[in-house]
This record gives sequence, C-alpha cells and structure tokens, in this order.
Amino acid sequence: MEINPSEAQVEVAGLKIRYFRGGSGPVAIKLHHSTGNPGWMASDDALAEKFDLIVPDLPGYNQSDRPVWARSIRDISILMKRFIEELGLENVTLIGCGLGGWVAAELATMSDAELSNLVISGAPGIKPNEGFIEDQIMMDWEEYVQLGFSSGDNYLNAYGEDAAEVYKELWDYSREMTARLTWKPWMYNKSLEPLLQLVNIPSLVIWGADDRITPLICGEQYSAALPNSSLQVIENAGHCVEHEQTSKFVELVSEFVGD
Amino acid sequence: MFVGYFTERPYQDKSSGYFGATGRDLTDLSMSNRDYDPKLGADLYNRYLDEKVFAEEMGFDGLMLNEHHSTPFCMGGVMNVEASILARITQRAKIVLLGNVLPIWEDPLWLAEELAEIDMISRGRLVTGWVRGTGRESVAHNAQPPFNWERFQEAHDLVVKAWSQPGPFRWESDHYQFRYVNPWSRPYQSPHPPIWIPGVMSRNTVKWAAEHRYPYVMLATELGPTVESFKYYEECAREAGYESGTQHRGYLWKVHVDETEELAEATARKYIQGPSNPFLEGNQGNVRSFIQNLPGLTSRTNLLPTSQVASAARARGKTDQLKDAAKSDMRGTFEEQSDKMGIVYGTPKTVIPKIRHVLETLRPGSIIFWDGDGAMDHDDAMRSLRLFGSDVLPAVREMGKELELDSPFDVDDEIPAGYSPEVVAAAKAAEARAAAQADAAGA
Repeated sequence: MEINPSEAQVEVAGLKIRYFRGGSGPVAIKLHHSTGNPGWMASDDALAEKFDLIVPDLPGYNQSDRPVWARSIRDISILMKRFIEELGLENVTLIGCGLGGWVAAELATMSDAELSNLVISGAPGIKPNEGFIEDQIMMDWEEYVQLGFSSGDNYLNAYGEDAAEVYKELWDYSREMTARLTWKPWMYNKSLEPLLQLVNIPSLVIWGADDRITPLICGEQYSAALPNSSLQVIENAGHCVEHEQTSKFVELVSEFVGD
Repeated sequence: MFVGYFTERPYQDKSSGYFGATGRDLTDLSMSNRDYDPKLGADLYNRYLDEKVFAEEMGFDGLMLNEHHSTPFCMGGVMNVEASILARITQRAKIVLLGNVLPIWEDPLWLAEELAEIDMISRGRLVTGWVRGTGRESVAHNAQPPFNWERFQEAHDLVVKAWSQPGPFRWESDHYQFRYVNPWSRPYQSPHPPIWIPGVMSRNTVKWAAEHRYPYVMLATELGPTVESFKYYEECAREAGYESGTQHRGYLWKVHVDETEELAEATARKYIQGPSNPFLEGNQGNVRSFIQNLPGLTSRTNLLPTSQVASAARARGKTDQLKDAAKSDMRGTFEEQSDKMGIVYGTPKTVIPKIRHVLETLRPGSIIFWDGDGAMDHDDAMRSLRLFGSDVLPAVREMGKELELDSPFDVDDEIPAGYSPEVVAAAKAAEARAAAQADAAGA
C-alpha cells in the first residue's frame, strides 16, 4: 500500500530537523544510512502499514541543518534523543539502518526512557573482532551504494538503471557529513560496545548474510553485548536489508514488537 | 625578477613499469611499494640534489621543492629533509618549499621547529610555502578532509605565532591545542621566512593569500584562467586595503631547453612519459576522481576559473560539470599542451620569445621553470640547465627589467610581500620596545 506521508520539521539545539511521518500503529522511528535519507521509500510504505512511522533526516543530512560543531555519532545521538522528546513520543520502537543503527545504539545507551524496542540493522559503531568496516572514502560513492546490495538487480530495483541525479547529489553531500562525524577510527567508537550492557529494552539485531559493508561479526558482537537481544541473519540480503528483503524485514520487526 | 628551478623528482624505475608505457597499471593510490627499490631511490635522491646544486651554479635564484605522499611521481614525501641538505650544500639560492601540506600535520609545532632549523642552517635562505594538499595527501596521512581548510588556517596561525612571538604561550584552537609553545629555535629571518602560497583553483585560498599579502604561485595552470586568478587576487588585495603588484604573483610552468630543436622536442615529450604527475594533463597515469574529490575537501561553490580547465576539473572529480570538454582536452596531448604554452621547449633562441609571451601575459614577479621531469634522465636535465645558465637566464633577467617584473626581493614595500600586516606591526613594536629598553639601560 502506498502511503502519503506528511513532511514536517522540529527544532533541536537551534537546528532544524526535517522528518516524514505516515501510517498508523505503535510509534516507530527509522534512522537512515550514511548515504543520507533518500526520501520515503517502498520499505517505509511497508513499515507504515504496521507503524506510525517517522523517518527523519539525521542532523547534517539532506534537509536537516548541519551541526557544524558535531564531531561524533554520539553528538548526533544526543540530538536525536532530544528530537524524540521534542515530539513528545513514548514507547518508541527505534529502528536504525547502517549508520542510523549506530546512532540508535548510542542513543539507547544514554537512556531508554522513551524507547520500547531497539532494532539495528547492518550497523557500524563496533570495531569488528575480525576484518574491517568497508571504507566508502576509498571508492566512488555510487560504487559504494551498489556494494550495499547483495545483487546488482536489487540495487537496480531500489535506485533504477542510472540512479537519479538527486540521489547522487545526496550521496555525495552525505559523504561530507559522514566524514565530519567518523574518520579516525573509521566507523566505530571503542566506548560503545562496553556501554551496550546498559540497554534494558529488548533489541533485535538484523543482518544481511551478504553484508559487504559491515561484517556479520559486528552483528554478533552487538547481539552479545546487548543484554536482551536476538540476532536474525537474512539470506539474500546485503547491507541494505530493508530495501532488499523488505517484507522479511518488516515481518521480523512487527513480530518482535508484537511480542 | 626571481627565477627558480623545479622538478617533481619522479621515481623512475625502468624495470617496474612505472617509468613509461610498459603496460603496467599506473593508477593513483593503487600501486604497491613492494616494487620500491631503495638503492634506486638512493641514486635518484642524490641525482636530484646534484641537479639542484648545479642549478644554483647556473644562476637560478631559487631551488623549489614540493611534497606529495604515497605516489611515485614525487619523491618529496619528506621534502624538509631535502631542504635541510640543500641548506648546507648550497651557498646562495633561496630554498623554496611549495609547499608543506599543513592540514595533514598533527603537530604543526614540529614543522615550525624543522623549518626554523632549515632557515638557520641556510642562514636565512628559506622561502616557506604551504598547501592544503590533494585528496591523496589526506588519505595517505589520514587527515579529515572536511576540516582541511580550518586546519590549514589554524596550523598557519600557530606556526607564524611560534616564529614571531616570544614564548612560552598556550595555544587553543579548534583542531590544535598545545600547553607549552616555546620551541628552542627561531627562524634566522625576522619576523619569519617569507611565505608564498602555491595553488591551482581554490578561491578561498587566493583570497586568504591576498589578505595576508602572501605571493600566490599558480602551478602550471593555463594562461587565461591564470590571468583571471591573478585579477581575483588584485581585487581581494584592494578590498584588504592595498594595491598588489608583480611581487605578489608567481608562476610555475614547464620549460625545457636543448641543443637542437629536434632534441628539445624529443626530450620535452618525456614530460608526459613515466610517472609524471597523474593529475596533470597528458600523463600516462589514471586518476581516481573520488580520491581527488574527498568529501568536504573543496568547497563546492567556490571554484576559480581554472576549475573550468579540463585537467584541473579531472583532478577534482568534476568531469560531469564540464560542458564542452572533448576527450582530447581531457588527456591534453603533448601538441595541445605545447600550443597552449603549458610545455615550452626549444633551443634558447626559440624558447626565449615564448617565455616572453608568458611574462607579458601574466606579469609575474617570480617564475619557476619546471624541468627534468617525467622520463627525463640526468643528462637531459643537465643539458637544459647549462643552456639556461649560458643563454636563457641572462635574457630572462633583461626581460624582467624591461617589463618591470619585480619580485618580493626587488621592492621595498612597507609591508613586504610574504608577510601579514599584523605580524610586521607586532615585529616593529617589539623592536621599538627592545630599543627603548636598551636606551633605558644605557641611561
């Protein structure tokens, strides 16, 4: 079902944060990848059938103001926590995909007062015990987005034969914000993993079996570190599980929240 | 007029495939140093130093070095070591560093100490210059590109203060913090070595250089856009409250002189053979645009006219923005570069009028001839240097006089090119204070 989301903005720490909102059900917030918020996607339609879904542009991405002082993902998590408070939300299911999952995990370690559930998918933020998190700085940004899918067809399904200029602009622009927030070390924070034990709410860790961006071992580490969590590995999916296996992704999240 | 000599010091390994078109991949930041031969490196470093010494003998005013990292086209990763040696083994020529890559230094205070030592050992012959570096440099030393420009400016402010104001002092800026700035060395020149800023396309940098009265040295850019950039410098200078002149303009370009026209052409063709700079026109290497165009490294709305030129655009990964750039322009054949005077070659008789054309067009007070590069060997470099010394330099000096092309060392400005007004004022005030103290002590 195609949902027609509303678009609104809220101010946090003097910064405009833009968000889409659509659907009905329990409140869920979905945080986007490092490549920016491409807008209301098909996967958002599917989630909005089960949830009152809010999809914000993280601060510094797309239409949300850039916090020029921000130097870490944790800074973004603080702003997003205040975003949730500003909207007066409670019992939020917080869903984070890719870099958005890192933001969500950091946020949950601060306080889970407004949260009921945590879902993270393909999230960096933890230093993998083996291998490393793929470095988008060392490749063309379009190539990087393609690497986020387990197959070329799935990438084409999401973005088309020749990704629209507006997406390419977004990816290019998003890279700049990402490089402001994480660089050395690239895509992890050594102080996150030991703090995850503080998260009291149930959490679901979803990983694409073919994730070529954030290795599966990061999902295992997240699951081991979060006290009340389970790991679900999805076949035929890469880093962008929500785009590649949308119905499976939504089904897992719905079942998890329903429980 | 100030005349300098430059070569990028390529790593020329005839056996590795990095020397020329031997079929091996020559792609930026994709070549392993497993092929690096330190014995060959030893020969090449010594060769390039010898050529610099000979350039001084032939009458060049300046010996220019530059710095790049993790690449075979420039062996000057630690240019300050070469500069230190030149400081000791040359006698007269300025040692012109264009330039140290400021934003990649985690500890710019260390740089301040190194450069002060070079200035002392050379007894005041250092001309220091600073750049923001390409994406390659930010990758090689892992510096965060979105803060490149901020780090450049902060590191500059710190080094200049460490050089020109007595310590100890504390330093707190966004990207650099030091609790005790008091290096036990100071530059030989007062208040500090002159600062020149080399560059190609950033409007920010031109404006910043003009505001600081630092000469701006355009690096092998095309003539038309170079004129436009110098005009922009002039406008910025006027806004900053002074009239800039030839002493604020520098230009580097490729000039090779040889014994016959045939030999000159054959040798000049070597400019674009071998590991010549991959982001310059006509080279044999492949640029990876996403490395040149690291996120946040260059402001997307601030581009100088040179950014319209295919080679510069290619370097910055902006090929999509070019409207009418034909493929041949993107690769810039030898003939095209020669037609545009990007590569000048010939016997002294034919080279001199071409140099004159460049001087008349750009009116720079400082010029630097780029020679002995690409696949040129020691003999190629030495033949050219000899002819520069015997025929070309004397003629160029006459032209400089006739065209009134004064370098920073020829004019007696109240605030000389190469120094910020604030620093000069602070130095004069300190001098006056010292004189007053001496008077009081004497009385």
